[in-house]
Amino acid sequence: MDIDRIDQIIDKHHGEASSLIQVLLDIQSEHHWLPKEALDRVGEKLQVPLSRIQHIATFYKAFSLVPKGRHEVHICVGTACHVRGATRILDTVEEATGIKPGETDLDLKYSLETVNCLGCCALGPVLEVDGKVHGKMSPVKTADVLKNYE
Amino acid sequence: MSEILLQIDGKEVKATEGMTVLAAAQSAEIAIPTLCHHEKLEPFGACRICIVEVEVRGWTKLVVSCVYPVEENIIVRTRSEKIDRIRKTILELLLAHAPDSPELQALAGEYGADKDRFEKEASFCIHCGLCVRYCAEVTKKNAIGFVDRGIRKEISFIPEIASKECNDCKECFPLCPTSYLQAAFVLTQALAFPYPQQSYGDC
Ligand code: SF4
Ligand code: FES
Repeated sequence: MDIDRIDQIIDKHHGEASSLIQVLLDIQSEHHWLPKEALDRVGEKLQVPLSRIQHIATFYKAFSLVPKGRHEVHICVGTACHVRGATRILDTVEEATGIKPGETDLDLKYSLETVNCLGCCALGPVLEVDGKVHGKMSPVKTADVLKNYE
Repeated sequence: MSEILLQIDGKEVKATEGMTVLAAAQSAEIAIPTLCHHEKLEPFGACRICIVEVEVRGWTKLVVSCVYPVEENIIVRTRSEKIDRIRKTILELLLAHAPDSPELQALAGEYGADKDRFEKEASFCIHCGLCVRYCAEVTKKNAIGFVDRGIRKEISFIPEIASKECNDCKECFPLCPTSYLQAAFVLTQALAFPYPQQSYGDC
């Protein structure tokens, strides 16, 4: 991890304690997780105790204290997607990646999560990879989508 | 600061602006049970045991007295059938987490709470935040904090800080209404930093 890069992110937010969450979000989106050294640095520079940072970093689901894969796969299992066959999509992804929801594979390629509604029920079942929505999924289409990621 | 007159349990009480109902009651020697309140700490309002009835212009509402600021002419009732019932349920819920806490047991006796009403979920910590807030606000060491949220919320020591500060301080230990804080410390110590040399002498 590059401490200078962390410093840049902190400086971008003018090193203000009130920007703590923004700083953490930026680090999270760049590294896909919040490494301990980064948190130490943020605490030191923003003058926020580590106990507080830890509380925030564990409170929001957007943050992760363990490394996440390069690609974040979200599968909607909300009611609409569920009745349209989300379970089969989930099974396909689990089989293709070898991981279950909440897990990351050893190559740090994928992290898998289920979500309870992505807000586009008409497109169900929905699969989201790195923020891009893939609607009206079938197991075959799901496998095809995953092939596009390295 | 302007003076505010209010009534608590039928007694006229003088308070100043910005004071909480709890503080006003205490100044008039009217007891309200508390679990998460501490005079040296900012009001927190976590345990809800200090709930009281407040009547404002004929309307009665339930408020948490340790965070509710006094207002002119309000009528406060610190005990009623309803309040006792609420406190009883709160205690029963807390007792599911920490059935052997002496503080909870004493209150349970007073409010007739049954410690076996809810299925036990022994997390031991009742999230009063006394340890976390004392460490942040009074000793300013920030060696302990909360992590996670909802039903998974728990306290967690920061090993780097705790290993340096806690052995000489431990001021938060007696504040904990359960014994969890001490247990959590011992566990952190066993897992994350070595036991101090001098303590071996006693065995
Ligand atoms: S460990 Fe004890 S003092 Fe700390 S929050 Fe839990 S119950 Fe309160
Ligand atoms: S003492 Fe008021 S909520 Fe705990």
